[in-house]
Amino acid sequence: MTTARTIVRVPPSAKRGEVIEIRTLVGHTMETGFRRAQSGELIARDIVRSFVCTYNGAEIFRAELHPAIAANPLIIFTAVASESGTFEFRWSGDNGFAASASAAITVT
Amino acid sequence: MTSRRQFLVAAVGIGLASGAQATPESMREAMRKVTGGAPVRQGRVKLDLPTLVDNGNAVALGVTVESPMTPADHVKAIHVFNEKNPLPGVLSAYLGARSGRAMVQTRVRLADSQTVTAIAQLSDGSFWSDSVQVTVTLAACAGDS
Repeated sequence: MTTARTIVRVPPSAKRGEVIEIRTLVGHTMETGFRRAQSGELIARDIVRSFVCTYNGAEIFRAELHPAIAANPLIIFTAVASESGTFEFRWSGDNGFAASASAAITVT
Repeated sequence: MTSRRQFLVAAVGIGLASGAQATPESMREAMRKVTGGAPVRQGRVKLDLPTLVDNGNAVALGVTVESPMTPADHVKAIHVFNEKNPLPGVLSAYLGARSGRAMVQTRVRLADSQTVTAIAQLSDGSFWSDSVQVTVTLAACAGDS
């Protein structure tokens, strides 16, 4: 299991029913598996395969990533602020890569 | 000393060796896997991508879909494909009524000037798409940077 730097930005508070923007980033090289080392050998693929966001335990957004996603995958999406609680973010990938982050929101 | 001809042959050899590449056909194949052969209509989807890209290593890409995003009528998934990277798939995002807006943004790699296509799958089972032709001056995966 590797640890990685994560950055998530969720507004700390929102009105009920408001659509909020969530920005997430995880530190990862996203090695494509198509590049060659100087010796000519292929460098093995090592990418983040999937990203999941849950809101108070319920999945609201999921993404499957391919090698065409740039290094340090940035994913921006939206959610309806329905209740106060926690957003949890989970990334997983090759070689047992796993990273997670969470953010709280107060909904009024 | 290497003659020009030998050099060219060697250069072509290197080109072929590094060869794995998606093609317009393999992109269509990957799209068929997603749509199951259902018709894909133009419209409702807006793919935001610069048409001229300096650096293919990180290109801002955004997809928005016109949809009320209600439990009865929402976008279930957004898929992005390309023609000329080594693999046709770029991103598959799964959303729903709780997303509020049908939107996703990320940063992608582009190996060459090519057409990038986004397909949205709606809750009623229809598929909509938008394509952008991009010109890339410095390609991703070009060197061992």
